[in-house]
Amino acid sequence: MSSSEVVIRAEGLGKRYRVGERERYLALRDILTRAFSNPFNRKARPPKDYLWALRDVDLEIRQGEVIGLIGRNGAGKTTLLKLLSRITKPTTGSAEIHGRIGSLLEVGTGFHPELTGRENIYLSGAILGMRKREIDSKFDAIVAFAEVSRFIDTPLKFFSTGMQMRLAFAVAAHLEPEILLIDEVLAVGDTEFQKKCLGKMEDISHDGRTIVFISHQTNQIRRLCERVYWIDSGRVRQEGPTSEVVGTYESIGLLPVEGAANDGRCFLSWSINGHDNVVREDMSDVAFHFQLRLDEAISEGHFGLNVYTDTGTLLAGWGFDNVNIPAGLQEMIMRVPVLPFRPGAYSMQATLFNRGNNLTGGKTIEHWWAQPPLIVDTKPISHPQDNFAGLLNIGANLVVKS
Amino acid sequence: MSTVPAAAESAKPVAIAPADVPVLRITPPSRWWALPVAELWEYRELLYFFIWRDIKIRYKQTAIGAAWAILQPFLTMLIFSLFFGRLAHINSEGLPYAIFYYSALLPWMYFAASLQNATNTIVENQRLITKVYFPRLDLPLSAVLSGLVDFAISFCMFIVLMIYYRIVPTPALLWLPAFLLLAVLTALGVGLWLSAMNAIYRDIRYVVPFLVQFWMFASPVAYPASLVPEKWRWLYGLNPMAGVIEGFRWSLTGRGNPPNSLTFVSAGVVLIVLFSGIAYFQKVETTVADVV
Repeated sequence: MSSSEVVIRAEGLGKRYRVGERERYLALRDILTRAFSNPFNRKARPPKDYLWALRDVDLEIRQGEVIGLIGRNGAGKTTLLKLLSRITKPTTGSAEIHGRIGSLLEVGTGFHPELTGRENIYLSGAILGMRKREIDSKFDAIVAFAEVSRFIDTPLKFFSTGMQMRLAFAVAAHLEPEILLIDEVLAVGDTEFQKKCLGKMEDISHDGRTIVFISHQTNQIRRLCERVYWIDSGRVRQEGPTSEVVGTYESIGLLPVEGAANDGRCFLSWSINGHDNVVREDMSDVAFHFQLRLDEAISEGHFGLNVYTDTGTLLAGWGFDNVNIPAGLQEMIMRVPVLPFRPGAYSMQATLFNRGNNLTGGKTIEHWWAQPPLIVDTKPISHPQDNFAGLLNIGANLVVKS
Repeated sequence: MSTVPAAAESAKPVAIAPADVPVLRITPPSRWWALPVAELWEYRELLYFFIWRDIKIRYKQTAIGAAWAILQPFLTMLIFSLFFGRLAHINSEGLPYAIFYYSALLPWMYFAASLQNATNTIVENQRLITKVYFPRLDLPLSAVLSGLVDFAISFCMFIVLMIYYRIVPTPALLWLPAFLLLAVLTALGVGLWLSAMNAIYRDIRYVVPFLVQFWMFASPVAYPASLVPEKWRWLYGLNPMAGVIEGFRWSLTGRGNPPNSLTFVSAGVVLIVLFSGIAYFQKVETTVADVV
C-alpha cells in the first residue's frame, strides 16, 4: 500500500573525489617541502586527478517503498547512501528528503569499549538519531532483542564479538525514522539473529516506512525489495522492478563462456512456456520451448541442454538420443517436472547433432549459448543466507522428536 | 495514532501530512560561514550525550579519576609558589601565593585541557564522522564543555583555600560567570581552529603542547599583568587569556585589576577568533568525511 508521496527525490546527484586522497591526510612536512622546493610557484602541486564516484544520479522514491541498491564493489552505492544521509556533501545536483531520516552504515556506530552495555545503548541510540525518551521506552525491548540482559552493566570490552554484534543490531533494529538507509549490515551475525533482523525490517516496511538498502546478497534483495536501482560506475544503469533488474544484473556476468559465435544458424530463440526467459514457479512443470530453423532434417540425432551457474559450474544437463526433426522452421519443447534452482541467472547451452551424438561421431549442427540467459526468479526457500543456500532451492521443515 | 486529529485519521492511509514533515535539502556545500543554530538545537540531546561520554570515559580510564582535576592545579600551584614566589619574589598583589596562583590556574588549566581535547576530537571520532551524520560542531563543543566538570571539581579546592586563608569574596564575584564564559568561548574559538587544522595536517597535534606552554608564559598565570609595561598593555590584551585570567583573579579575590580596556580588547579578540573559527571549521567540515 505505497501511497503516492515522493519522500526522496534526487536530481543530477554527483560526487567527485580527488584521486590520491587515499594518502588520507597531509603532513605539514609535505606542504613545506612543496613550498621550499618551488618557492615561486605556489601552484606547483602535483596535478589533481578527479574521480567521479557518482554521476548524474536521479532518484524518485515513494513513501513505504523498499528499495534495493545493487552493483559491484566501488560502483558508488555507499557514496549514494552517504550523500543521502548527509555524511558527505554532493559536488553537483541536489536531493530533497521528506521525513526523518536515519542511516545504518555500520553496525555498532559510536560504541565505546569502556562503557557498559547500558551506556552504549544510550550513546549509540543517540548517535543514530534517537531521542533519550525514545531510548528510555525501548530500552527493555532492545535488551531482550539482543539477549544480553545479564551483562547489561558490564563494560562492552568484556562482551564477546557475537554479543557486541547482537547489541548493535538490537539498537539499530529499534531505530524508527520514517526513512531508513542501510548498508550491507545484515550480512553478518548468525543465521537465527539474521532472520530476526530481516523479520524486523519487514515489520518496519509494513509500517509504511521507507527503506533503502544495499546488499550483495541478491536473494535478500529479492525477499525484501519491490524496486531496485542498479548502480554501475557511479551511474544508475537500470531501475525497475526487482526481478527484472536483479535478473539482468546477474546475467551480466554470464554469457558466452567460450565466446562462441552465436549466429543462430539453427537455434533461433527459446522461452519458458512460450513467454520469456524467466522461471517464476520452480515447483511446477517447466517447459523449455526452442525455435529452430533446420537446413537439413535431423535423423537419429542428439539434442542436449546444459545449465551453468555464473561461476561456470554445470548445474544440470539433459540429453536425448534418436531425435528426429524435419527440415524447416520447427518448435521443440522439453519439459522438466521441477526446476528447484536457487534464484539467479544461468547460462544455458543447447547442442544439436545429426546422425549420432558426440561419442558416436555425430555431425555437430550447433552449440548454442542460449540468449537471453535463463533467469530463475522464485522465492528463496532454503538457507536464509546466500552463502549457505547452495545451488538448489528446496524448502524444508524441521521437527524435533522428544 | 491518538495524536492525529480525527479529520486526518479518516483521510485514508497517507501517514504523513506534508505540512509537519521536515524537508531536508541536500546540496553542494555552501553557506559555511553561517552558524547552524536550528540544527544544533535539534541535536542538543546528542551534544549532551557526547559531553557525558567524554566525562565518563575520561574518569573510567584513569586510576584516581576525578582526583586529577584537583591534583593537577594544586601541585602546579605548589611549584609556582615555590619557584616564582619564594625564590623569584614575584609580586602577588598582596595575595597569598597559593591563592594568587590557584585563581589563575583555574581558568588556565581548563583552557589548556580544552585545547588538547578539542584538537584531537575530529581525528578521534573519524569512524563516527564517516558513518553517521550529526552537526560536526558538536565534537569541539563537547570537548570544550566537558572540561567544565573538571573545572567545577578544582573550583571546590579553591573554596577550601579561600577558607584556609580567610579571604572573603567581594561583590566582584558576580562577574565570575562572565569571565568563565569568556574562557569557554576562547577555548572554543581556538579549539575550532585547531581541530579543523588537525584534521588536515596531523602535525598540529604535536604543535599544541608547545603552543600551550608558550601561551602560558604570554598570559598572567605566573606573574601579574601589571608586570607588563604600560605602553605594551594593549598588545598584551590581544591575548584573550590575559583578560580572562586577570578577570578571574580580580573577581575571585577582589584584588588586582577590575575589567578595563584590556578586558574589552580580549573580548573583542575572542569574538573574532570564535567566528572565524566557526567559519573555518565548517569549511573544512564539508570535506572532512572524505579526508579523515
